Formats: sequence, structure tokens, C-alpha cells
Amino acid sequence: MTGPQASPDPSVDAAASADPTPGPRHVVVVGGGMVAQRLVEALRARDGAGTWRVSVFAEEPRKPYDRVALTSYFSARDPEELTLGDPALWDDPLVTLHRDCAVTEIDREARTVTDRLGRVHAYDELVLATGSSAAMPPIPGNDLPGVFVYRTIDDVAALRGWVEDKRRAMETDGGFERPVRGAVIGGGLLGLEAAGALKALGAQATVIQFGTHMMDAQIDLGGGQALKRLINEMGIAVRCDTATKEMKVSRRTGHVGRLDFVDGGRLDVDVVVVATGVRPRDQLAREAGLEVGERGGAVVDLACRTQDEHVWAVGEVACIEGRCLGLVAPGYAMAEVVADRLLGGSATFPGADTATKLKLQGVDVASFGDAFARTEGAMELVYADPVAGVYKKLVLSDDARTLLGGVFVGDATPFASLRPMVGSELPGDPGAFLLPEGSSGGGAAALELPDGAAVCSCNNVTAGTIRGAVTEHGCTDLAGVKACTKAGTSCGSCLPLVKKITTTELERAGVEVSNALCEHFELSRAQLFDAVRVADLHTFSEIIARFGRVPEPVVSTDGAVLVRDAGRGCDICKPVVASVLASLGNGHILDGEQATLQDTNDHVMANMQKDGTYSVVPRIPGGEITPDGLLVIGQVAKDFGLYTKITGGQRIDMFGARIEQLPHIWRRLVEHGFESGHAYGKSLRTVKSCVGSTWCRFGVQDSVGMAVDLELRYRGLRSPHKIKLGVSGCARECAEARGKDVGVIATDNGWNVYVGGNGGFTPRHAQLLAEDLDDAALLRTIDRFLMYYIRTADRLQRTAPWIEDVEGGLDGVRAVIMEDSLGICADLDAAMAQHVDQYEDEWRAALEDPEKLRRFGSFVNAPATPDPDLVYMTERGQVRPATADERAAVLAEAEGIEPPAGPVVIAGTTLEVRR
Amino acid sequence: MSAETHAGPDVQAGTSWVQVCLLRDLEVERGVAALVEGEQVALFRLTDGTVCAVQQRDPFSGANVMSRGIVGSRGGVPTVAGPMYKQVFDLRTGRCLDPVGFDPVGGSSPDLASRAVEVRDGVVHVATRSDLP
Repeated sequence: MTGPQASPDPSVDAAASADPTPGPRHVVVVGGGMVAQRLVEALRARDGAGTWRVSVFAEEPRKPYDRVALTSYFSARDPEELTLGDPALWDDPLVTLHRDCAVTEIDREARTVTDRLGRVHAYDELVLATGSSAAMPPIPGNDLPGVFVYRTIDDVAALRGWVEDKRRAMETDGGFERPVRGAVIGGGLLGLEAAGALKALGAQATVIQFGTHMMDAQIDLGGGQALKRLINEMGIAVRCDTATKEMKVSRRTGHVGRLDFVDGGRLDVDVVVVATGVRPRDQLAREAGLEVGERGGAVVDLACRTQDEHVWAVGEVACIEGRCLGLVAPGYAMAEVVADRLLGGSATFPGADTATKLKLQGVDVASFGDAFARTEGAMELVYADPVAGVYKKLVLSDDARTLLGGVFVGDATPFASLRPMVGSELPGDPGAFLLPEGSSGGGAAALELPDGAAVCSCNNVTAGTIRGAVTEHGCTDLAGVKACTKAGTSCGSCLPLVKKITTTELERAGVEVSNALCEHFELSRAQLFDAVRVADLHTFSEIIARFGRVPEPVVSTDGAVLVRDAGRGCDICKPVVASVLASLGNGHILDGEQATLQDTNDHVMANMQKDGTYSVVPRIPGGEITPDGLLVIGQVAKDFGLYTKITGGQRIDMFGARIEQLPHIWRRLVEHGFESGHAYGKSLRTVKSCVGSTWCRFGVQDSVGMAVDLELRYRGLRSPHKIKLGVSGCARECAEARGKDVGVIATDNGWNVYVGGNGGFTPRHAQLLAEDLDDAALLRTIDRFLMYYIRTADRLQRTAPWIEDVEGGLDGVRAVIMEDSLGICADLDAAMAQHVDQYEDEWRAALEDPEKLRRFGSFVNAPATPDPDLVYMTERGQVRPATADERAAVLAEAEGIEPPAGPVVIAGTTLEVRR
Repeated sequence: MSAETHAGPDVQAGTSWVQVCLLRDLEVERGVAALVEGEQVALFRLTDGTVCAVQQRDPFSGANVMSRGIVGSRGGVPTVAGPMYKQVFDLRTGRCLDPVGFDPVGGSSPDLASRAVEVRDGVVHVATRSDLP
């Protein structure tokens, strides 16, 4: 390879050979992967003058997607969720994406490419971004049905389909039932992800690794041993030092059926995933006569240019500094270099950041920098806790001060903040970074990253850029910084660090990061919750006297002091205090002063509708109701003239109840065994379920039984926002549990629990929190999740954004409630036990208390007189409130004017309406 | 109860009053509705013992619900929040302090009509409509 600077400055060349024809010049990008996407994005972002038009030829029939997150496709199942960047990029008139349209030939002389349809396209500059393909080792039998690679969405979809077919075949075979047996050949990053994916599909997984330990390209033997323990704990078997001799066919099925190993061992399998690495797809480059590296890849200089000045290569197909790099971050860096060069810049490849983090549920593995201590005189500092499955290593320079690299297994918390420090001196004792958080002697010095330190290597964003987003571009929160800099928008592993830098910078700039609830409280809801709990306060008056904000005295013109205390609260803080008191078990919500804090619906324990009447929802746990129960609800609705509708939460809503009717309606419902459904509260609403194994041909667990148990356990639980749960009896997920705050999905071995799902304005799929729990572990996990949420979420913050706000995100939540990293689990358990113990039906209790009942009178001086202004119409056989025009017509009619056409006013048995 | 308090618009000489209820029928900071000469009125008893009366109709929804709003204060001024869409009103004058981005329905005023209230011998008296400004 010639030195990159030996040839004349390429940018000058490019400018000199400017196309004489008018209009933009044409760059052809061969390949439609992540790096190609980045190149187009970078070019369009900087080429404001429109000097280039871009044609991208993608072999796959879809837009570029996030291959790094491929494993999430197993749980997401929606390719759209893997979409990269702003989809509007592909609508840009200067960008053409040819999908399902591989390039088959390059003619460097004529500067044209030919696509698979035989069309010829001229180019001014050509960029190869063909990536790599999964390597298939020459093991006999590697072409049998049931042998897969793990590279594209189609690979993953095919694998999933295969495993599901196999499982169905076993179910229908009848008699003896066994799980689908899977093997993964290759114990690297991708192999472990594939094994995790097999587990997620309900298959057994065994990882076959040729080397001494897993991820041997990234971590050392000690880390590998810790990793093996963690992987085993997940139920994944591992065989190291094992070479596969042959894949044997099953005579019964004709599919792959057995692996034979060189050491004489065997393994029966139904599916095999080969993940032994990747090979650069350099066929086009070879055929075009371009130089390729010893181990493949189009050889490029540090400007990413091949020996042909008009041909560039980026990403995994490029052989740069003598090697191909199978990671996305260096590929992105190359894309940026080429974009810069095309626009006349002189950027060069900054060197590869080979830091990696394993994206496998529940297993933290990360390595960065010189992980193997290959630097002359490098020292290794190791912390290992074999019991906890933790192995951490820092590689330092010979003076034990400068950070060179590191390996983290089992606890990668320090990864995000240490990785950008490579090459810098660590403050204080480096050992402090390895000790578990909160241990004595722990507490690493706060890192102040140099401006040049790369924080987000996916998008090549430095600490300085993030600080600039705050200081120069006026970003005031994490979301703003993300949008402005793109930091943390790809893999997300750097988000905690981005948040930390952003907050520090905001504080430094004097921007108040206010958590204040309202003018009456400086505290956030979470702070107020703790304050009330610790101070053991029970009334709003005590709470505002103790924690309320007393403003500067306001003096009127005649010198009288108008404001001398924190005041009497408002419609923001009073419902928050009401919710906090209710969550802490402070008696009936309509007891004493508490009755004055309740928001509109809690105020009368029903849901206010547009005309000031209410809807009533009795609890129907799990959506299971007897025919007699249905008759009761039907009769009550009929007797009180209520409009009925089935809710999304599998129960029945009755509309049009006037305030003074509520106790009468509830007396009937309570007599027949119904209780409050809390449809009016920021509290547990429903636990939706499918019919489950008791009736369903496919169900594997009793989802209705579990839903009823959960609903009865959490009924009445007040929270920062409404909470919904769902339970599905099998992976078909008919209860749509992943759209709920807590979704429970049955597996052959127990229950998987997902958290953070939401419908509403910002729909979210719940994410997997824990797998294969038995009933007791499931309850314990949900108990802690809900109680932790109740204690720490902001006002009206639903679970999905709350999880994002928890330090460490979902992993952080998992650490707190599954591993008790904060030591609060006993406390959370006790709080939930108290809730379960103290539950009483609010409506039954209200009916027994004449003081509370008195509040349901319509008028203080005429408690049984209905609101005279209510007017109803019939529509589809039921009542509804009259519209403004209809009301006017009704009033006119009352005065003897021509009756209106259309709907008529009804006067039911109980509805008092104006005639 | 012999303490005599009044609130709301300035009381004109010769104001006539309607007895509505006993003071002890009113809970502090939890409103009630009352029918006063066929008109729906919302009554609120504050922590200092004063009673305020405003129209029961919420101008922003047209529903008769004002008595069911949360009572509070804003910069020392006693307030009630509309239970439907959370507008904030000055309880002493009925003035809308914050329409929170909404418009009143049917072209009505954003402010609540208020009535003078007097508590005499533990009985709540509300000024008759003829005395309204």
C-alpha cells in the first residue's frame, strides 16, 4: 500500500476534474447498510449547495437498518423499529435509493456500474460499502436445512420461523414434548447474541467455541471465565476448545440433526446458527482489479481511497491500516472521511475505536482500548468476584496513571465514563473505578473529560460537542442535546454519560434544572414522596407548612403584607399530595382534609364526562365475569338509564350517572359483590388477559388466573399515573401485554415479564425485564417494579419515560429490583405487603359512612334534585348528552315553537329532562 | 356561631339575602352547589372561615361543575380550578386568572359571576340576583 499522502492532494484533483456538464456531480454508493446510510446523511447534511447527487444501490429490499440492534428484532418483530436516522433522508430529491438492486459490475475505465437488472449508471465518484457476509466454515453438512447464519433481518426472520415451526412440530407430534435444541458455532460477540436470541425464542442453546474462552477477540481469559458463569446462569450451555467436525443429517426429518466434534463428542440439535465471523464482500473490487488485502477487503489509504482515485471504500469491506474492521463505529468514521473528501476537505481516518459492548439481556460485557495489555510496559489492574460473576480489568501505562484500556464482565457500569478517557490520566486511585458502587473505599473521582474525548463513538460525538450543544446551541435537556448532536442515538450505551455531561454543563451555565412541582413546592414529586414518608406526615396542611415554599412577602399599596405563608396549594400539588398519601396508606381518600385534595374524578370516585355527569366502572378482575354478574350490571344500567360501553380494559363503563345517583348505583353494585374499578384514579386500572391454557388450544399457562391474582393484589394501588397490566397465556400475545406498563407473557417454564409499555399519545412496546419466573418470583418482581416506580417517578410520568430517567435505564431498574443494588428491596416488599394488607373497597367504605355520603348531594339545599340543565338524546338505542344546537332546539320547543327534526329527547324512568 | 363574615362583591346598602344552608354544612376547601332562586351557585368555605359564592356553570365547558374544583391559592389569592379543563379563577371576584389555552363555550365571559355572602349566626346568606352588578 502506498502512503496516503504520497499522491497529490486528492481534493485538489477532484476539484480540478470538475464535470463540464452543469448540475450536480454523481456519487454512486454500492451497498445499503449502516455505513452507506451514514455517508449519505453526512454528505447531504454538509453539501448545502447541492454539488452532489447520490445513488445508493442496496441488495436488501429495505432501507438501511440498524444491524447492530438485530437481536432486538426477536422481541420487536417489527423491522420499522430498526430504522436508522431520519427517514426523510430518502425523500431528498438529490438522493436515490435503489432497493433490491445489487451492483454486479464496475467499469473503472468508463466510470460506470451495472446493476442486477442490466442497467448501466455513470458515476463521477464511486464508494464501495458492500460490508461483509457471514463466514461459513467448510464443515461438512453446513448446507443442511436448519443451518443458519446471523447477519440480516431475513436471516433472523428465517431463524425465528424455523424455531417456531420446530416447536409446533413437537407440540403436534403428541406425547413426549421437548424443547427445540439449538447450537451456535462461534462464541464471539455475534454468537452470544445469537444464543440469547435462541433462548428468547424458547429454544435451548449451546455455544460451541473453538478458542479457550468466549469473546476471545475482546476479553482476556479471566473475563472469559466470568462471562461463562454468567452465560451458564442464563441457561445457555458453553463448550470451549471445541472444533466441529461435521453436521449430520437427521434421517427422520432430512434436517440438521447432530453435531460431531473433533474430540469425539456429539450434540443433538434441531437448529444450528453459525457465527464464526465475517468476510469482507470484496468480489466487486477484485473483479474490478482493485488491490485487496491479505485477508480480503479493498485496500484504501487513510482518506479511504483505493488505488483508483475515483473509487473509495468504507466500512467492513475496506482494508484500512492493513485490516478490515467488523464494527460499526470505525465504519461511521470512514463514512465521515469520504463525505468530507467529496466536499473538498482533507479528513483522514482517525484510527479505529474498537470498544465493544455486548448487547445481551442481563449480561454486561464490554472492552475498550488495549484490552490485552499489548502496550510495552502496560500494567493490569484486576478486580474479580467469582461469586457475583464480576471481572473488571483496567490496563494502565507503566506509571499506573494513564488509562490504556479495559475489560468489564458482569458489571460494565464504568465503561461509558472510562472509555473516552483512553490516553488520559485518571484522577485519584484507578482502583476506585473497579470497586462496586457504594462499597467502602469505592467512589471513583468524578471524571472531567477533555473536550476532545469521544463520548459517542457510533456518531463520533466528543465531550466538547455535547458541552457546545448546551453553551452555544441553547439545549436545556438530554432530549435537546441528543437531537442537536446525535449523541446516544445509535446504540445508546453512552447515554448515561451524555446525560451527566449535559447536566454538569447546565449547572455550570447557571441554568436552573428545576424539578419544582408548582409555586407551592420546590420539590419534585419523588422528593416530596420521600419527605412525606420520612417525616411521617398525614395531612396537606402539615405537609405544606413543613415543605411548602414561602415566597418573598408581597406588600400591597397600603403596606399590608398579603402573603406570609406557602398558601393553600393548587390543582397541581394537591392531587400529587393526595396520591402520595394514598400510596403511603393514609386511609380513605375522602377522609377529612384528604377529600379536598382529590382531583376531578377521585373527588367523587367516578369519571366526570363532558356534561358534568359521571361514568361508573365496577372492577371485573382479569376481564372474567359470570353471566349473573353481567345481568347485574345490565339491570343497574337499565334502572338508572345509563349508556353502556365495553372498555379497552375488558370491563363495562356506564355513562350518564348524576352525582346524587352515584351512591344508589354503587349500593346496588356492592350488594351484588362488585367493587370499585378505580377507573377514576391514577392507580391500577385493569389487568387484561387472554383466555389462557384453561380453554385455549395454544395456551401454556393459566393467564386468566394470573391476571385475576394480579388485579386483586394491586387493586387500589395509587401511583404517579394510571397503570395497566396484561397477561398472555402464550407467545402469541393475544392480551397485547407488551402494550402495558407491566406485561406478563407465559412461557413453557413460567412467565416472562416486560415493563414500560404504553398506549396513548406515545405508544411504546414494553421491554423484557426478566424471564421464566415462577409465580412467586413474578409477583415479587412486579411488586418491586411498581413500588419503585411509585416512589421515584415524576408527577404524571408513565413507566416508559420513568425507566428512561432511572440511572442506567432498564438495566438500572433491573439492578435495583432484581439485584437489590440500592438495598431497598426489603423496604419495597414491605410497602407492597402493607398495601395488599390494608386494601379496602373505597366505595363500600364510603357507603358505610354518612359523612362521606352527604357529599354526593346535588345541592346543599336540595340534595336529591337533579341538575335541571341536563338534556339527553337517543342514538343507536341509548342516551347521549345533547349537543349545543340540540339543547337550543329543546329550549325553543319548551317555549312552544316547532319541534326539531331528528333525534328526540327522551324522558326515561330516571332521567329528569326538560320537556 | 355569632361571628359575622362576608365575602364577594361589595355589599350595597339594602341588599336582600337568601338563606342557603348552615355554615357547618360546608367543609373547608370542599365546595358545594346550591340552588338560589333557581340559579345554580357554587359555595366555598375557606380556611379563614370566609365563604365565597360564584356561578356553578363552568364557562369553559358549559357544565354545572364549579363546586367540584380544587380550592387553593395563587400568590395569596384564594382560587378554584375548573374541574373540567383546569382554568384557575379568583374565588373572591370570579375573575379567570388563567384560561390555560382554552376559550369559553358559547361566547360566554371567561369570568365567573360572583355573589356576596354573609354568615350570620351560623347561617350562610347569599345575595339575591337583583343585587348582582
